[in-house]
Amino acid sequence: MASTTSSIMDTLFQRTLEDLIKGLRLQIIGESAFISKALDEIRREIKSTDSHTKSNALQKLSYLSSLHHFDMSWAAFHVVEVMSSSRFSHKKIGYHAASLSFSDSTPVLLLITNQLRKDLTNPNNEFEVSLALECLSRIATTDLCRDLTPEIFTLLSSTKIFVRKKAIALVLRVFEKYPDAVKVCFKRLVENLDSTDPHIVSAVVGVFCELTSNDPKSYLPLAPEFYRILVDSKNNWVLIKMLKIFAKLVLLEPRLAKRIVEPVCEHMRRTGAKSLMFECVRTVVSSLSDYEEAVKLAVVKIRELLLDDDPNLKYLGLNALSIVAPKHLWAVLENKEVVIKWLSDEDPNIKRESLRLVMAMVSENNVVEICRVLVNYALKSDPEFCNEILGSILSTCSRNLYEIVNDFDWYVSLLGEMSRILHCQQGDEIENQLIDICMRVRDVRPELVRVGRDLLIDPALLSNHFLYRILSAAAWVSGEYVEFSRNPFELIEALLQPRTNLLPPSIRAIYIQSAFKVLIFCLHSYLLQRESTASSYPDTSALSELASKREMPEGSDSATFKAPSHSEQDEVFNPRVSNQSFEELSVGNGGDRTISHGQTSTPVTSENSFTYEAVVNHLNLIELALGPLTGSHDVEILERVRNLLCFIELIKGEVLESLVQKEENLNSAEMKSSKIIKLMSDAFSEELGPVSVSAQERVPIPEGLVLKENLNDLEMICGDIQLPSSISFSLVSNHYEEGVGASLPDLQSKEELEPPSEATSLLAEHRKRHGLYYLSSEKNDIVANDYPPANDPKLRDNQNNDTEDLVKLTEQLLVSKKRPNQAKPRPVVVKLDGDVVPVSAKRPGPKDDSLSGAVQEVLLGSDTRTSTSRSNPSDKSSSKRKGKEKLITDPSFELNDNLGDAEKLDHENPSSRRSKHRTHGKERRHKSPGKIREEREENGQKEKKKSSHRHARHKTRQRADVPLNVVSETPVIPDFLL
Amino acid sequence: MIRSVMVMNTQGKPRLAKFYDFQTVEKQQELIRSVFGVLCSRAENVSNFLDAASIFGPDSSLVYKHYATLYFVLVFDSSENELAMLDLIQVFVETLDKCFKNVCELDIVFNYSKIHTILDEMIFGGQVLETSSTELVKAVEEISRLESASNSITLVPKSVSGWRNR
Repeated sequence: MASTTSSIMDTLFQRTLEDLIKGLRLQIIGESAFISKALDEIRREIKSTDSHTKSNALQKLSYLSSLHHFDMSWAAFHVVEVMSSSRFSHKKIGYHAASLSFSDSTPVLLLITNQLRKDLTNPNNEFEVSLALECLSRIATTDLCRDLTPEIFTLLSSTKIFVRKKAIALVLRVFEKYPDAVKVCFKRLVENLDSTDPHIVSAVVGVFCELTSNDPKSYLPLAPEFYRILVDSKNNWVLIKMLKIFAKLVLLEPRLAKRIVEPVCEHMRRTGAKSLMFECVRTVVSSLSDYEEAVKLAVVKIRELLLDDDPNLKYLGLNALSIVAPKHLWAVLENKEVVIKWLSDEDPNIKRESLRLVMAMVSENNVVEICRVLVNYALKSDPEFCNEILGSILSTCSRNLYEIVNDFDWYVSLLGEMSRILHCQQGDEIENQLIDICMRVRDVRPELVRVGRDLLIDPALLSNHFLYRILSAAAWVSGEYVEFSRNPFELIEALLQPRTNLLPPSIRAIYIQSAFKVLIFCLHSYLLQRESTASSYPDTSALSELASKREMPEGSDSATFKAPSHSEQDEVFNPRVSNQSFEELSVGNGGDRTISHGQTSTPVTSENSFTYEAVVNHLNLIELALGPLTGSHDVEILERVRNLLCFIELIKGEVLESLVQKEENLNSAEMKSSKIIKLMSDAFSEELGPVSVSAQERVPIPEGLVLKENLNDLEMICGDIQLPSSISFSLVSNHYEEGVGASLPDLQSKEELEPPSEATSLLAEHRKRHGLYYLSSEKNDIVANDYPPANDPKLRDNQNNDTEDLVKLTEQLLVSKKRPNQAKPRPVVVKLDGDVVPVSAKRPGPKDDSLSGAVQEVLLGSDTRTSTSRSNPSDKSSSKRKGKEKLITDPSFELNDNLGDAEKLDHENPSSRRSKHRTHGKERRHKSPGKIREEREENGQKEKKKSSHRHARHKTRQRADVPLNVVSETPVIPDFLL
Repeated sequence: MIRSVMVMNTQGKPRLAKFYDFQTVEKQQELIRSVFGVLCSRAENVSNFLDAASIFGPDSSLVYKHYATLYFVLVFDSSENELAMLDLIQVFVETLDKCFKNVCELDIVFNYSKIHTILDEMIFGGQVLETSSTELVKAVEEISRLESASNSITLVPKSVSGWRNR
């Protein structure tokens, strides 16, 4: 009695969904509080025995779950109860809740099979059938599909269109979940293609479109049916799906292409529907791009789209154009001005597509102009698109080792310019390219140094953290190739300017290290200059020493340059003549380019440089700037600062002294400090080349060294050492620097340098222990005791190669103006991550397959189970075969021809043969003869081969196989269309 | 195949959410949020397509249309035509308009169940089954009639028997 009362109360006063929604909109206690109250209510109501109350509560719960994201899995059992209600409205709520909340792992799924069966076979109410079908389309599991396949099969030929179309659509899910259903339902599915009702045809075509997109080759035999629909149908939806199907099939069967080209073009010409027209265009450009006429027509249509006002059509037009671009670039070029115009469109989609197309047009002939245009666009664009532009310029230009860049001077200054763009966030990439180019292209170094200087000297850039990486590259370049600099002292100032304290420590360390290098260069030049002034005419030996320091290929150039400049100066008979001319040379050592660039300005700057005052000033400047950093907490900075300061301390006294006494004491001044400077300068002018991955292999193994024995134990250590040293430039320079650090204390004043050399001594320790993994130590110890950079021989070894390559490259660049990469076995020289990536990027194929190829597996997998689960399928299959045969004997099928064809091809092509074996091996396992619909034509052939290819019983992973099969089986596909 | 249909208002409140692959409620919420995040940043008069790969995984596109205070969103894969999907949104809205006479956001808010009925008649398990709004309206009306019929039958005997028991 009490329960009855409460149920009546519930029924009468229960809040309906509408009340709930209204309450939710008017609530004042806060949405979540309101909802949790409502949920409590629902929890109570849903337990009610009254089905009306219960379903009402469930409806509210569904609503909250769907739009307010509250979990309702706890109510699964109630859902089942409501589903089984005899009232349509309740049932509907139940089914809706089920399709909303059930997943494969819902336990109560087992309970609903019978309910579903009952509803599916309900003869009176097609809407109840439809409810069950709808629900199944969302929640059907393998078990449900298996158990309900007979009912679904019956519905496939239902006279009620309303139900039949849904049953057809459901088949897709059933096939996916329960592949065995294929052998029951497939025939009837195909028969529905012939239906006169447009709804049915549309549904079947939709299903086939999905099936085909996952596994095209299985459906090739249905091509005649599809073709008929393609030609006859008037329904745009159906036609679009047909085109999608054929776009896949044509790729497998080129002969099909010939057949469908005409109808597709016909549709393209005739249709008024933009969607169908676009689909035709897409089919042509993606699958029929070998048919010149069709492509031309498609391009005309694309142009129409491009010029349309509707941004959607514009976007799709660009989209189609970028599909066609790789094969028919003319199509893009024809629309060039439109494409470039849309670069400034307000729609980000359109801009992005245009950018892609513009990049597709880039070649070595127009790269300069296009980049100019793009950089201008980048300046005007919003940050996001600006970076997209810059990113695509960078990636396009660096493609294939700068394939399209002929003028590296231009490119390097473009990089500099790009760095200065306000929104530029491509620091990493620009940094990499600056270093990379610097390593690869010798001729561009003077320009690089100039670009680097411009970047370094601008204090404003130091506040933009996106630029830090670029600045670090610039600092490194300026330090490493300081001899190309027009004014080294200026560089020191730039590298030590106060605002560098904004830089992160790692980059600051590079700055300091570069300043060190520049300083050494200055001092060395100063010394040489002094020697030369002392000995009234330029010390040719010093000169040649300088000139030969880097084995410059254009050494002869610098020699030729020397002569004219001398004669020129001689004519003037200026007292400073020799001095000046020498400076010029030392400044432009090997880098005649710098001088020829700034013929007028060079003498002026060099006149100021390398004077006593300048040297002393800059020594002081360095001490002043770096002094505070001796307390730095960053090891990298600390070490470098100490190195530099100690060095200065070391030489300063003597330099000052020697200058005070000037000429008299010159010989005694020719002492320790200058020796040190010379040695350091030698060390730094040793060129850092990129290290080949295989460099180690080229080092001859010293006698008595047993490598293999220890390698196993020490692999880890070895890996540790190898990796960093070969990967990044900054680490290479670290090693280098450590080597230098180690050499200093050797020379003198060990105590002074104790703190900074701690790391060095550790390294030395390590080196002693694992000496054999250091490439060079032995050799170096003997040859140059003072400067044993860890990877020197490696470098040298391959620097030669590098040099050769670079010479070749530059020759090509300068002389032939051809693509630089032909004669370059580059990847051996410089390991670029980018070089490797594209190769591995092609891999994802199989992975995708495994994901998207579910249906594929369905079809193949179904066969496995057939043969195992049914011991004697002959009865059923024979009847089914009859059905098949009917299909096959459709007008134009010619199986025998086909067989011959296939055989022939099989013999011609050993690789296809091999894969075929595999296929057969597999198929034999999976199929009982004659059962499977699509493969029927192959059967005879298969039987024949069966005996002869016993061995080919590879049980390979089916999915991985598929691509192979596709190739090998293609010729087997019937000729019906031909 | 259509993966998802969403209707949300310009504040990002979902008004209809249908996913044709199972998604947990948390995931649904996340998807709706990220879709709205992209939509609300787009200007008027730009194209209606979005690359949804970052939200829904590879091979997915998104088409949306903005009506008054509502965004209608369809997410689908490469076996659908973009323009056809745009048409489909149009069909959906037309049908709503016919069912509710000048549809507005409130109609959608208060007719949760009917909206789903319409959608289910149009898209079945991710496949488009009906593209004519007239047919849709016909089917939906029939279903509604059946619903209310079954409801009115229920209530009367229920209460009568209830009173009798007492």
